[in-house]
Amino acid sequence: MPDLLIELFSEEIPARMQTRAAADLRRLVTEGLVEAGLTYGSAGAFATPRRLALTVEGLPARSPDTREERRGPRVGAPEKAVEGFLRGAGVAREDLEQRSEPKGEFWYAVIARPGREAAEIVAEVLERAVRDFPWPKSMRWGTGSLRWVRPLHRIVCILHDEAGSEAVPLDIDGLVAGDLTEGHRFMAPGAFSVTSFEDYRAKLKRAFVVLSAEERAEVIAHEAAQMAFAAGLEVVEDRGLLAEVAGMVEWPVPLMGEIEARFLELPPEVLQTSMREHQKFFSVLDKKSGRIVRFVTVANRETADDGATILAGNARVLAARLADAAFFWENDLRTVRAKGLEGMAAPLAQVTFHSKLGTQADRVARIAALAREIAPAVGAPPDLAAEAARVAKADLASEMVYEFPELQGTMGKYYARAAGHDDGVPEACEEHYAPLGPSDAVPTAPVSVAVALADKLDTLAGFWAIDEKPTGSKDPFALRRAALGVIRILTDNGLRVPLAQIFDENLSPAQAADLIAFFHDRLKVHLRDEGIRHDVIDAVLAMPGSDDLTLVVKRAEALAAFLKTEDGENLVQGFRRANNILTQAEEADGVEYSFGADAKFAVTDEERALFDALDAAQARIGPAMEAEDVTAAMAAMADLRAPIDAFFEAVQVNADSAVLRRNRLNLLSRIRTVCLQAADLTRLDG
Amino acid sequence: MTTPRCFQDIVLALQAYWAEAGCAILQPYDMEVGAGTFHPATTLRALGDTPWAAAYVQPSRRPTDGRYGDSPNRWQHYYQFQVIIKPSPPNLQDLYLGSLKAIGIDADLHDIRFVEDDWESPTLGAWGLGWEVWCDGMEVSQFTYFQQVGGYDCRPVSGELTYGLERLAMYVLGHDDGNAMPFNPPGSPIPLTYGDIFREAEAQYARWNFDVADTDLLLQHFVDAEAECARILAQPALDPKTGRRIVMALPAYDQCIKASHLFNLLDARGVISPTERQAYIGRVRTLAKACADAFVQTEAGGWSADAA
Repeated sequence: MPDLLIELFSEEIPARMQTRAAADLRRLVTEGLVEAGLTYGSAGAFATPRRLALTVEGLPARSPDTREERRGPRVGAPEKAVEGFLRGAGVAREDLEQRSEPKGEFWYAVIARPGREAAEIVAEVLERAVRDFPWPKSMRWGTGSLRWVRPLHRIVCILHDEAGSEAVPLDIDGLVAGDLTEGHRFMAPGAFSVTSFEDYRAKLKRAFVVLSAEERAEVIAHEAAQMAFAAGLEVVEDRGLLAEVAGMVEWPVPLMGEIEARFLELPPEVLQTSMREHQKFFSVLDKKSGRIVRFVTVANRETADDGATILAGNARVLAARLADAAFFWENDLRTVRAKGLEGMAAPLAQVTFHSKLGTQADRVARIAALAREIAPAVGAPPDLAAEAARVAKADLASEMVYEFPELQGTMGKYYARAAGHDDGVPEACEEHYAPLGPSDAVPTAPVSVAVALADKLDTLAGFWAIDEKPTGSKDPFALRRAALGVIRILTDNGLRVPLAQIFDENLSPAQAADLIAFFHDRLKVHLRDEGIRHDVIDAVLAMPGSDDLTLVVKRAEALAAFLKTEDGENLVQGFRRANNILTQAEEADGVEYSFGADAKFAVTDEERALFDALDAAQARIGPAMEAEDVTAAMAAMADLRAPIDAFFEAVQVNADSAVLRRNRLNLLSRIRTVCLQAADLTRLDG
Repeated sequence: MTTPRCFQDIVLALQAYWAEAGCAILQPYDMEVGAGTFHPATTLRALGDTPWAAAYVQPSRRPTDGRYGDSPNRWQHYYQFQVIIKPSPPNLQDLYLGSLKAIGIDADLHDIRFVEDDWESPTLGAWGLGWEVWCDGMEVSQFTYFQQVGGYDCRPVSGELTYGLERLAMYVLGHDDGNAMPFNPPGSPIPLTYGDIFREAEAQYARWNFDVADTDLLLQHFVDAEAECARILAQPALDPKTGRRIVMALPAYDQCIKASHLFNLLDARGVISPTERQAYIGRVRTLAKACADAFVQTEAGGWSADAA
């Protein structure tokens, strides 16, 4: 049972692609082998910056022989038919067998396909995998037309067992597979041969390459933690960065360095952003002071001076970046002190937001007006909400945000504090962009909520007014995200802000209706993720007040809960039965039975009981809906279930007496009317 | 490896190294460009299948980077060193690492890394894959395998290296303040620092770029360059005077370079809104593509009378 070792050795593979690429290699090769009849015991895939590797263990030496029998034409069939069969089956005339069957004599072709050598199959499968590899982005190099993520230099492809190892004959556009690979680019230059996966892994280690990304990550995390611990400090955990850095080194050597004291006053987010995004450094925290005081960089090699040169270089690069950051920070603080936040924001008057929607300053003014309008509904002081909105985007004009756009909002918070705000304005500056994604936290502080809503609603109304709505996969202004943000802010906080009123001011009735419909679509997607069916939402959206999303959600949740009960399920059945009979009768008779059900024509107890139940329910549902107590309304509906069931059990609606029939149809109409007060049950899927 | 003493030692060492590696050492292109890539020796020569190997220093201008000479590491006028080899040789990474050694970066003591960085020039309609090269966490070069230029697939592929000379020199020479970095050897009879040469110029250009340049005039020049580019390219290939086939890709491309720089100046003057930005970039790209179309009709671009 031979094992297979494959390595694709290239120039540096982007860190973010390595994990996926290793999995893809494993999938493409093992699936290809199995398809060709080579089953295997186990497989493992690996990636480093310069290689993808795969070991497949327990392959058969050959694929099994296969035998296929095909029945051809009848013996004595026209020559043309026999010839066609021979061509199709790929056999010669003399290979045909004649067999007797109950229906007569037939020609049979027996096609025996001998198994193939594993090497032959591996070569085919690997070549196909290389040529079809699903890199997110691939390239050509030199004069070739082969595509790989970066130039591909070597292919190791060997089959090995106790008897020894053998290179699989394979040549892809002149790149000949063999048993040679290379170790660390600098620490162990030159090629060496490998004979098995164990040999490969061990020799790589000796050549300063840790094959497994998990092992590299472990080394980094462990050594970084140790160094920090020894200094009485703690590494700020960052799994994403750890995985990325593990993909940037073959021989990880963490080094810890100091952050110059003059930078320690910078906001921690600035330090972290500079270090993480630009330098791929880990932050090291002094728990006592709560400050980030050191960094850990991960070098890709050991050096004679134990990394001293590397660490000094990294510290210098960081110092230069932080010097820039400190320069921006001080300039910005000076601006805030001299001119205030609104002074800092002044240049936004020169920045076009969108050619049809004016400048950033125009937009800020609109958001401020809207925040003031929304404020009472969200429990924020109107003046404060308006002020927060006026300064929330001031940091877009700051030097720091120009340099580090990812710090927008965060810097706003610091600059608002520097301007003397401790009234919720700094938090509003930071939080008004939230939520940025489905898992991002939703602001809860009233001032933040007012500004966050105003920002998003202004964006939506603006782009609706100029007819720049999202289409298909195109949503360049992230309007779907804005709408979802509004939905989550309103519903998570249980806030009551009817949208129609807001949109009516800036949009035509048709545009406003269209935008509210857009919200309803987003709401359906959002609630579907929460497990509420779209037809349940449709049933409540048909009710008045559907521009109040919190109310809609409350109704939908109550209805969904009701439908899960036995009463709910049966009531809907009863409602449907009533509605169907009524609709058919109305169509047949050409009249509407919508008025005048009279208890005095009730004949049976069940009929009378239904009259009473409807009176009682009607008296409860109306006020309950009025009071927005949807659960109470549902409970009132639930009480109708038994009388309705009993009615249908005992009473024939289409009675011989025209008077009774009309009265009963009008009674069904009351069922419909009463139930529809709570939700449009006709929209529920049957 | 000799230890460089000053900025120009690094330039000279790079030139000597790449000359030895077989590149034609060209001189800078005599126009204002935003980066060394704009030199026709890169942009246009990357097109077609004629082999090519060149290296050159290119003074480059990015008006928005002006800091009046006050920044230790930002100037609106700076130098790039550019290497372009077509087809990209299989040992280009090793050749590149050799060049670092030539300027005094000892790979046994430093941590040199190739970190993903895909290159795209929306104004040139060009893109490629490669890396930024890090030395101890410092970006010292861009390394790109060109895949497309002017909308054309690069066949064969060119390998392009760009060294940001100031930053690289500051690192190698150990200077945190670029203006204080020696330009010629410090022991020279008249030692000059980088700042001695450029500081005053930086202030003058920053003032002009940010506040004084006549935007109406710049806009007119942009329109003029655009029109002239189109006019040049509209000429028939056959020159009526000489009776020869002369496709004027290079003069047209000069107008494209002009338009691109004028756009950068207008941008620095703050008169281009984000939405207009895209439109301007698109207009320059249209010119670049038209020039690429013309270049592939020249012999350098792979045209031949036999094939035509």
